[in-house]
This record gives sequence, structure tokens and C-alpha cells, in this order.
Amino acid sequence: MLTVRELKTPLVGPVDLALTKGGNTAISGPSGAGKSLLLRAIADLDENEGAVSLNNASREKMPATDWRRKVAYVPAESGWWADYVKDHFAPAPDPAPLLEALGLKGALSWQVNRLSTGERQRLALARALQLAPDVLLLDEPTSALDPPSVARVEAVLKEWTTKGCAILIVTHDPDQPDRLGAEHFLMESGRLVGTLPQEAAQ
Amino acid sequence: MNGYQALSYWDVAAASVFLILNAACSIALNLGLTRKLIVSALRMTVQLSLVGLVLKAIFFAGSLWLTLLAAAVMGAFAGREIMARQDRRLAGLWGPGLGAGAMLLAGTLVTAYALAGQIRPDPVWQPQYALPLFGMILGNTMTGVSLGLDTLHTALAQGKREVEAQLLLGRTRWEAARPALRQALRSGFTPIINSMAATGVVSLPGMMTGQILSGVDPQEAVKYQLLIMFLIGGATGLGVLGATLGSLWRLTDTRHRLRLDRLGASRSGPQ
Repeated sequence: MLTVRELKTPLVGPVDLALTKGGNTAISGPSGAGKSLLLRAIADLDENEGAVSLNNASREKMPATDWRRKVAYVPAESGWWADYVKDHFAPAPDPAPLLEALGLKGALSWQVNRLSTGERQRLALARALQLAPDVLLLDEPTSALDPPSVARVEAVLKEWTTKGCAILIVTHDPDQPDRLGAEHFLMESGRLVGTLPQEAAQ
Repeated sequence: MNGYQALSYWDVAAASVFLILNAACSIALNLGLTRKLIVSALRMTVQLSLVGLVLKAIFFAGSLWLTLLAAAVMGAFAGREIMARQDRRLAGLWGPGLGAGAMLLAGTLVTAYALAGQIRPDPVWQPQYALPLFGMILGNTMTGVSLGLDTLHTALAQGKREVEAQLLLGRTRWEAARPALRQALRSGFTPIINSMAATGVVSLPGMMTGQILSGVDPQEAVKYQLLIMFLIGGATGLGVLGATLGSLWRLTDTRHRLRLDRLGASRSGPQ
């Protein structure tokens, strides 16, 4: 589905990666290994070289705005440019069911500067899911969440993969890749250096 | 009503007595302002005296080339000032080039329009009209452009996450940077809007005061002042708009990325 070939930036790569439709892929590695930079490069937010394509359509052939709607990247720290949560969501499709599934019922009327880190994290995910992307690039999407919220987010992610969305997740939680049934890569100094064994399904 | 009261150099020196009193107070109260106060007063005296001499020479010579040279020198100083007033500037030649370019383009266009269209001196570039007019327009445009660029660059550098959050939702670079652009335009336009609003009620503008003091009918002076304010407002607007849009274009790219690598580091830091 998403194919990354020889992706390079000054600090990352070359990286080759293929995501399959409905598949989960996880990347772990020490801080500073370039995990976030890799996601930024795939989202075309930083200058990069190499070939990236979605369903055999080259990224450079489509406007960057279209690309980012199809390949949605949720950074570890989200940005909020207006005062109220609702101003960060499109009116359609209705975001309410999505927010409810993430435990954020009624959040649209909340003020941004009163949100907790965990609320911001889930709202940023909801905002990206509203685009109905083909690929989700998630940078530590559950790092600030309590266990029940982590479970909620993971349930939502699984639901999206069954709908065919491909997910690439950067995580420091050693058990998360297994819970998501993800292929698990290790990243070091800008490169994917190998896969980690998937533990037997429990 | 007519008649012009000429000043002697002694009169001018006598007028500085209150400033010297201020300096004395500063010494007495240990405010530490004395040096700055005296240096800037002396600097002003030297600068203005020289300008008086230079203008007299240019007016006397009545040469198009000398007039253009003087305008070019004014432009160069204003361009340098725009650079100096920005905490973060565009990297490379864009840093000095963009702000000065927008200011000069707007200033020259508006000055030429007013000289050829409304004031119509003979010849049209007559330095008595062209140089003061260009100076007033340039000075205000310079203030607007430097405020606009400084605000834009700070807003983008500090608001990177907010701008990129919008880009990530598939918005264009223009949509994503709109809050920063709006902030920059507002701060670039504020001085001229404020001075238009306060003009005549709070203070009489300097040029109009000058004309009245030299014996011109106040109604005539008002007409000139209005003309100047419209020209200044127009040039400032064009300059600010051109400079901020140009800078935003430079600080993003066609793949709708925010390119802060094209912006220099903050020069102020913790002071």
C-alpha cells in the first residue's frame, strides 16, 4: 500500500519500508534515532529524497495537501491554533462518534488551554482520523495516557486497520506492538536495523 | 498672517536648555541616562546640520543625478534599518533584500505617482519636493515593513507546531500561516492607522506644523498633510503586504512545508 524506497534526509536513512493494507507496523528505538524525523519525511513535512508512493501513485505526482490527507501524521506534540477544540475539527463528517470512542464525549466545546496532555493526544488523533486517511503515521500516540485510555485508543486503531487503514506507529511501550499485532522494527541512528520477534499470540 | 520668524543659532542653542536640565536631573538621580541622552542629542545635531548643508547643495545644483543619488542613500539607510529591527531575518541575500526591496518598490511607486500626478513641480523630480516627500514615505514604510517582518518571523518560529498542525490536516501553506500573517499585517499597519486616527486631534503633524510656522494658510497646510497621509498610508500598506507575503512565500515551499531552515537564528536571546 505505502511503499518507501531509499528515503533519505540529512539525519535519516536510507530507509526502505512497505506498509500493507490493514497492517500494523511499529518502530522502536532509542531517543534521537530519527523515528519522528522518519515520520515527518514520509508526510513530506521535511525535505527528503527517495521514492514514496501510495497504491503505486507517486507522492510527488499529487499536491502535498492531498498527500497529507491520505497519509495522516500525528506528531507526538500536537499544535492548536484556535481557542476552542471545535475550531480544529471540520464540521463533517460528524466527529462526535469518534470522540466518544476515544473517551472524549462533549470535548468539542472545550477550551484548548484547559486540555490535559492526554486529552490533547487523543484529540489530535481524532482530528487526523476525521480525514479518513489510508495510512496513519503515529508518533507515540499513547505516551501520556492512563491504561483505560490506552485500551480505548488501541481499540480504535484496530477498528481502523480492519477497515483497511495501514498504521505505522512509533512507540516506547514494549508490549504495544504485540497488542496491535504489529510487525516490529528497531531503529538506530537513522536506519531500520532489524525486526524484533513477535511474541506468540496470547 | 504672513511672515516667517527666522531663528538664530543662539535661539536653537537656548532651546536645548531643558534637555540639559534633564541631563542634570539624570546625574542627580543617578538614572544612568545622561550618556545616552547627550549622545543622541549630539548625534541629532550633527546629522541634521549635515542634512541641511547637503540639501542646500542639492537644491542649488538642481541635478537629476544628484537627486537620485540622495534618494538612493536614503533608501540604503532605510534598508539597513529594516534589517537591524528584525530579531530573526531571512537567511542569505533575502535578509537584506526582501524588506528593502518591498519598501523601495512601494515608496518609489507612490512618490512618483504623487509627483507626476498631484504635486507636479517643474521639473517633476525637483529636489525641494521629491526628497522630503520620498523621505516621509520611506520612513513610514520602513517602520511598517520592519514591524511586519519581525512579527511574522517571530510568529512562525515560535508557532511552528501550530502551523504544521494545519499543514498536516491537508491545508495549504497560505491557510496554515494565516494566523501568523494576520498578526504580522496587523502590527505592520498599526502605526499608520494609529497616526491617522490621532492626527489633528491629539497632535498637529510635523509637516503641517512646519508649513503653518512658515506662514502657509492652515487650510492649504491641511490639504498637503492629507495628501501626504494618504500617500504614506498607501505606501506602507503596499510595502507591508509585499514584504510579508514575500517572506511567507520564501519561508514555505511548493510542497507546503514550513521552511524555518531559511530563517536565521534569533539575535536577541536572553538579555
